[in-house]
This record gives sequence, C-alpha cells and structure tokens, in this order.
Amino acid sequence: MKKVKADPKGVLTGSHYLDGDYAIAEGALAAGCQFFAGYPITPSTETAERFSERIPTIGGVFIQMEDELASIAALIGAAWGGKKAMTVTSGPGFSLMMENIGLACMLETPLVIANVQRGGPSTGLPTLTGQQDMMQVKWGSHGDYEIIALSPDSPQECFDLTIEAFNLSEMYRVPVFVMTDECVGHMHEKVVIPPAEEIELVERKWYTGPKSKYLPFKPDKDMIPFMVKAGDGYHFHITGLTHDERGYPVINAECQDVCVRHLNDKIRTKADEIIRFEEDKTDDADVVVISYGITSRVTTRAVRKAREAGLKVGTIRLITVWPFPEKRIKELAKKIKAFIVPEINYGQVVIEVERCAAGQAPAIPVSHCGGWVHDPDDIFKAIKEAAQ
Amino acid sequence: MAKLKDLAAIEDRLVAGHGMCIGCGIPLIFKVILRATEDPLIIANATGCLEVCTTIFPRTSWNVTWVHSAFENAASTISGIEVMYKALKKKGRIPKDKRFKFLGVGGDGGTYDIGLQALSGAVERGHDIVYVCYDNNVYANTGGQRSSATPIGASATTSPAGTQSPGKIQRRKDLTKVLVAHNIPYVAQASPHRWQDLYNKAKKAFEVEGPAFLNVLCLCPTEWKYDESLGIRLAHMAVDTCVWPLYEVENGKYKINYKPKEKKPVLEWIKTQGRFRHLFKEKNAWVLEEFQKQVDQDWEELNKLESL
Repeated sequence: MKKVKADPKGVLTGSHYLDGDYAIAEGALAAGCQFFAGYPITPSTETAERFSERIPTIGGVFIQMEDELASIAALIGAAWGGKKAMTVTSGPGFSLMMENIGLACMLETPLVIANVQRGGPSTGLPTLTGQQDMMQVKWGSHGDYEIIALSPDSPQECFDLTIEAFNLSEMYRVPVFVMTDECVGHMHEKVVIPPAEEIELVERKWYTGPKSKYLPFKPDKDMIPFMVKAGDGYHFHITGLTHDERGYPVINAECQDVCVRHLNDKIRTKADEIIRFEEDKTDDADVVVISYGITSRVTTRAVRKAREAGLKVGTIRLITVWPFPEKRIKELAKKIKAFIVPEINYGQVVIEVERCAAGQAPAIPVSHCGGWVHDPDDIFKAIKEAAQ
Repeated sequence: MAKLKDLAAIEDRLVAGHGMCIGCGIPLIFKVILRATEDPLIIANATGCLEVCTTIFPRTSWNVTWVHSAFENAASTISGIEVMYKALKKKGRIPKDKRFKFLGVGGDGGTYDIGLQALSGAVERGHDIVYVCYDNNVYANTGGQRSSATPIGASATTSPAGTQSPGKIQRRKDLTKVLVAHNIPYVAQASPHRWQDLYNKAKKAFEVEGPAFLNVLCLCPTEWKYDESLGIRLAHMAVDTCVWPLYEVENGKYKINYKPKEKKPVLEWIKTQGRFRHLFKEKNAWVLEEFQKQVDQDWEELNKLESL
C-alpha cells in the first residue's frame, strides 16, 4: 500500500466555520477527488453545490446527472477511468442507487458515497434528520457483498472521515459510505483543515506489469486486485455477471463461490484493521451505551448525568458502523448488565448489537423515529433502568 | 372562445392558502388549466414546488382527487389510475358512461430529468392522460440547481457563474420535441400570459383521446432573480424573443399559435433576470451569441415544420 501526501491544490488549509455538507466536499477535495456526479436532494444538496463551485478551480469535473441511477453509474466509470470519485445523496436517492452500488461492489470499484440521512421511509422528512439507512447501506443491494460505512458526529469528522473513506475505498477496492445525517450535515462548527503535507492519502494499487498479462480481478497477496486506467492501452473486461479473475463471465456455482467469497472475505478478514470506535469508561461499567453520529453527542449529556447519579455507565461511539465491532461487543457482553442503543430509527444497529451479544447481555433500543434528536433524558432513563 | 368573465365564474380547483412564492407562475398556470374540463379530475403530482406548497398538512389547496407518490413517477402513477378506472368501469363499479380526466403534473426537474423515463413509457403505452410540465427552468424546490431545461448561460447553484464558468454551458433540452417524437395525438407549448391560448390547449388536451402533453413556461422570481412585478412581462418577452414559442402539434401537424410581428433579441428577455447578469461581461459575450443562435435555429426549424 503506497501512501502519498495530499496535493495542496485541493486542500483549503485553515480554520473554517462550515456545515457538515460543505465539510464533506472539502474532505473529498483534500483527498484528491477529481470527479463528482450527483443529483439534487435535500438535505445533501449543499455538498453538490460546494463541489460545483470548488472543483472547476482545481481542474476536476462536476456533473449534475438526470437522476441518482445515473450519478452512481457515472462514478463507476470515473473510477475505472483512474479518478477518485464521489457522490452525495439522501434517502430516496440512496434507494435509487442500490442496483449500481451492487455493480460497484461486484466490479470492486473504489468510490465514495455520502448519505446525509433524513427521516424515511419514502419521501419521509426531507428537511429533518434520521439515521434510518444504517441497515440499507449494508444490505440494500441484492446478493452477498461487503461494504465499509463510517459515521461522522461533527462537521470536523465529516471532513476527516471523508478523507478516511477515500483511503479505505482505495485500500480495499470497495465503495465506502459516509453515513451522516441532516443534523450534522446542516450543523455549522469549526473545521480545521490541516496543511496538505499533513494529510496522508492511500494511492490506488496500480498495475505496472506487461499489458497482455493484466487480470482485473486477480487477488494480490493482500487479497486486493490491481487496477489500471481505462484508456491506457490495457485490454480488460469487467462485468456485473459472476466473473473469474480475468473479468470474463463464468456462469456456474464454482465460479460464483470464488467470486462471492472474495467480495466478502476481503473485508471480513480485514475487519480488525478497518474498524474504529471510541470507548470510554467501560472498565467497571454495568451499562454500555452504543451510539453513532449525532446521537452520540446527545448521548454524552445523558451519560454525564448518569455518572453524576453514581451509575456505572460506559460508552462506545461507533466511527465505523460496517464492518461492525463484533469482537468487542462479545467481550463486553460477558461482563455488563446491558447495552443501551439510542439511534434515530425504529431499531436497526441495536439488532446487530443483539446478535453480537448473543444472549450474554440484553441490547435495549432507545428508538426515535426521526425528525429530531433524542431527549437526553430518554437515554438517561434507559441507562438508569438497565443499571438497577 | 372562452371569455375571462365566464372562466372567472367557474369554481377554482386549486384554491388559495398555498405557500408558493410571491409572483410564482404555478398557480397562474393551473388555475387556467383546471378550468378547461368540467369532468371529475384526478391528479398525480410529482415532488416539486407545486406538490410541497399546496399540501403542507393539515392544509391543502386542492379541490380535486390528488395523489403524490415520488419524484420520478407521476406519469406512472397517473397511468395506473387511468387503468384502474377502466377496470372499475368494466366490473360495473363505476357507470360506463361517466367521464373522468387524468392529469399528471411535474416541474422540469420531475419531467425533463428524473421523470422522463416514466413519462415516455406512459405516453407510449397510450393511456388516456394529460401530462402538464410547468417548466421554470430550474430545481426551485431544492434551492435552485440547474436542470436540463435551464437555458444556456443561466447561473444556478450547481452551474454557478464565476471565474471558471459562464453559468450553464449546455443547450437546454427540447422536451416538447421529445414528446412530439412519441407520435401522440396532442403536444403543445404554452405560456401563462396568453391565458386564452393556454385554456384552449388544455381543453384540447383533455378532450383528445389518448395521451396529451402540455409544456408550459413557468415564472420563478426566486430563481430567475427578477422583481416580481415583471413576471407577466417576462413571459410575454420569452414568447416575443422566440425563446419559448407557442405552438401545438396535433396528430403530427404543427401549428404556431403566435408569431411576433417583430422578433425581439434574446437580450430583451434576459436583461432583467439576475441569473443572466454575468452574461453582460465582455468575456461571456459568446454565450449570449450562442443563445441567440440556438433560438434563431429553433425558430427557423419550427417555421419549416409548420409549413410541411
């Protein structure tokens, strides 16, 4: 894996007052994103607008497409053309992208999709917050595949994790999702953008061997195949059909087995390296609150109150939501009374916590169906009840 | 010919209390169109300004049966409804001779772009529907992004004019022609300032058997950035400059409904709109020239088609 410094032309070094949507655009530009294709949808549109203003000044491409199907399809093309590419969307647009997200996974295409979540289902709450696409991002397209999803809790993290998303997508040749929400997307806070030389980027694994020998899906030692740029003279074939390492369709159970296992295992076996979370005061905890995104900031207040009340409560803030920190949840489950999982949906990540806890400790949801953040007292109440 | 006095006497089907901007062209258009049929009317409305502004619960401005489904599928929804009524008539649950009208509605975002596939499918299948696009040249509901109906040179939030760009550089999509190419019985282009022409076209569209399409220029002071009081004059000027010709295509036969005595330069239309302000800089002069060239070409072609 080759690491390089960011190109200063995309990096707006300095201290800024930005909302999360703008910070995503700045993170992408700092990561060397040269291609954006998207379609306006509230509450993510500001990212697209920022790109349309900024990207022409650094020689990149912004295209407004006719819908979200076309947006994600354009990204796949740009990535195979050798560029770092991203799009941004929200609920309904995310649903429209699902088929091509599967294609991107099947083609092992590095790209970044930010979802500024709003309340759903369907048109739902266009202007109000939600965290209701957390399962969709994992399971929304058909078939078995793995992706990586990150969840920023502030505009600063929107910037930082968008860079991280590009790095992970290049490292694992996989679509990476920045799963933020309307609150963080529209929240203005200080965002510090470091100098370009302090931003470390992962360079795509370019193939350098003889042109006739290139195989687009042949796993390297680290399981990740090399890429080339379309147009550089390599004759290669990529397809959404089940394919062998040459990229040619092979329609039988044996090839399907190799192909599907590879798509999943290249992430599953590296989960420990990918997963990031923040853990606090879990040593003697009776109760552990697991949260992510904007909800983790609301949780902070509830947990402070609980500690003041003498309750032994710890926290886990998920930075990577997928892959999920299964091992750590399993360990904690053995020694605590309960997990509390507040999230702005009717119970999604809590199901994964429950699965990982495997009956050792209950996973108690604190559901909020969207439109606003939790009342910290609701989380406090759940902690108190579980601790007793 | 309809008289204004008679039209005014007809009860409104889109009533007051909506939240549209001051000077918005949408109510002007639909107050006329909805008067063009007396039959019970079912409307399928794509996501957009009209949908959002008329139905903030618990209020509604609609005095008709009205459905909103999603952004891209108003034409599919209205096709399904039309077929359902047919089926109910067949089963005898609705009297066979009772007449209904089915209207699909969307803005240029929901019609030119994301909804085009659904519209194309609906008219190709030949449903007895009318589809009206209110074309305000922009995604106004989400804050002013460019659409494929945005004219060349216009600044929008995703085609911003600045040091690197003179605004949108692509030619606008001619959706009316796209619909003509579907060989449906009736296609027309209209403008709210000629209400009688708009009324006549809506009436024809409702009466014709099979699919009909109306593309209506819609004023948008918020995104075109002009003084609201200029609205109707701007509609007038769009037609007098031939940026938006008024014509209809009935069973393949073209008819231009209004030919300006003196075709005005495009400049006359754009000069009061803030979205074109940057075109008056010397370095962007070529865009205005290109705009004029495109309008001239289209107008010439339209006249040729009419003479066939």
